[in-house]
Amino acid sequence: MKLIMAIIKPFKLDEVREALAGLGVAGMTVSEVKGFGRQRGQTEIYRGAEYTTNMVPKIKVEIVCDDALASRVVEGIQQAANSGAIGDGKIFVLDVGQAVRIRTGETGETAL
Amino acid sequence: MTFTRKLTGAAMATGLSLFAALPAWAQEEAPKVDSGDTAWMMTSTVLVLAMILPGLALFYGGLTRAKNMLSTMTQIGAVAALAMLVWVTWGYTMAFGEGGGAFVGGFGKLFMAGVTADSVSGTLPELVFASFQMTFAAITVALVLGGTVERMKFAAVMVFALVWLTLVYFPIAHMVWASGGLFFEMGALDYAGGTVVHINAGVSALVAAIMLGKRRGYPSEPMPPHSVTLTFVGTGLLWVGWFGFNAGSALAANGGASLAMINTFVATAAAGLAWMITERALGHKGSALGFCSGIIAGLVAVTPAAGNVGVFGAVVLGAVASIICVFAVTKLKPALGYDDSLDAFGIHGVGGIVGAIGTGILNAPMFGGPGDGSVTIGAQTLIQVEAVLTTIVLSTIGTIIAVSIAKAATGLRVSTEVEQEGLDLGEHGERAYN
Repeated sequence: MKLIMAIIKPFKLDEVREALAGLGVAGMTVSEVKGFGRQRGQTEIYRGAEYTTNMVPKIKVEIVCDDALASRVVEGIQQAANSGAIGDGKIFVLDVGQAVRIRTGETGETAL
Repeated sequence: MTFTRKLTGAAMATGLSLFAALPAWAQEEAPKVDSGDTAWMMTSTVLVLAMILPGLALFYGGLTRAKNMLSTMTQIGAVAALAMLVWVTWGYTMAFGEGGGAFVGGFGKLFMAGVTADSVSGTLPELVFASFQMTFAAITVALVLGGTVERMKFAAVMVFALVWLTLVYFPIAHMVWASGGLFFEMGALDYAGGTVVHINAGVSALVAAIMLGKRRGYPSEPMPPHSVTLTFVGTGLLWVGWFGFNAGSALAANGGASLAMINTFVATAAAGLAWMITERALGHKGSALGFCSGIIAGLVAVTPAAGNVGVFGAVVLGAVASIICVFAVTKLKPALGYDDSLDAFGIHGVGGIVGAIGTGILNAPMFGGPGDGSVTIGAQTLIQVEAVLTTIVLSTIGTIIAVSIAKAATGLRVSTEVEQEGLDLGEHGERAYN
């Protein structure tokens, strides 16, 4: 099993969700996050007082899937979240040791 | 009773000597309440209340950091409530009591003595007039807090408000609006309280902000508004409520009120857009906060002018005041380095001064104003400048005394820990957002 963690632009979330649904991904976890990478922050001005914010709002998407699906999920996110601009985000793939469905106690890939 | 009411337009202002010459019995002979006037003034009175709560509370609250939201709103509500109680105790008589001099009214109406449901003021029940004027006292002291929020103790705010109302507000209200008052006799044009309310509050806010010192971290630490959304909502409520403030200052549902009404629309509209255009001209984006700030600047500027200038005079006045206020808050404040937290001086003080002086110019018939030309533009403007300068001097002295007393009684500023943690938790034991 793999954990696929993608940091994407907030407005790309719907496209990513649709792309992954088409691949048969059963579920995902989404959080609103802030961070920085190569993309510079924005400048905000309130009555002439300028503030530069270093942290840019992003969406973090987390998906756990079986090994066979993982490369297609990564590819799907990479295509759906791509706008061609700096700040499109990153995708990380991690190995997952175990998964448990809390209701039934099922483990491994059947729990996904 | 003596003639005690706000100026209701140029004709009245220029005819002051005539009114002053009227024997007292001419007013007493037929004291008749007009139900239409009364209905409008009762409405205006609660419109001004809506400017304070929730209008000003949201406007100012949104501009502060989230940790000081409740403190800002509570200070506004509490000083407004205090002002109402002080008003019926000694405020009304200090401002409008009979037999006063140039600076303060007589003390015959302490505790509203002798003012009953049958008392009449102009065409209104006197209690309606007193209620309307009460809301003015309440909003003015609340406006001052724009210079002092995020660092002043709640107890200090209350002591300051009590002393400031007594030493500054009631005397200036008397001087502008009561017969025998200094500005009233000078023939200063101030339709709805540009000097009493805005210059007074703005200058006092500046003096109090300087005496209080800067917020910790200002200006190196970012202190952006925590919710321009709430500030925008407050702006809308202030604009709506301001029709009670300005058109209500006719003290009647009449033609003067109608002029004040349309001017309160168009001066404000011009000012809101002028602020955004100025932002663009300075190379920035036109901003929501800029729009809101412009709206308030326009409302402030049109306050003395409301029934005293023509419609296009109001448009020009609003736009000019807005542009000058942009420079006051974006250039003057950083250059001088004072921490007027929410720009009470930059908008109310500066906008009020522009409005007061502009009223002297735009009142003239050649600019479409309702003035009859009996006083030259130069002479009227000079009177306006004198009224402005007198107000600045009185506000400054009174505020220095009021802040000093508050400091002696309470210590004035919250501790460093409370300031860092936020006044909501430190002073009130609550959080705005959970």
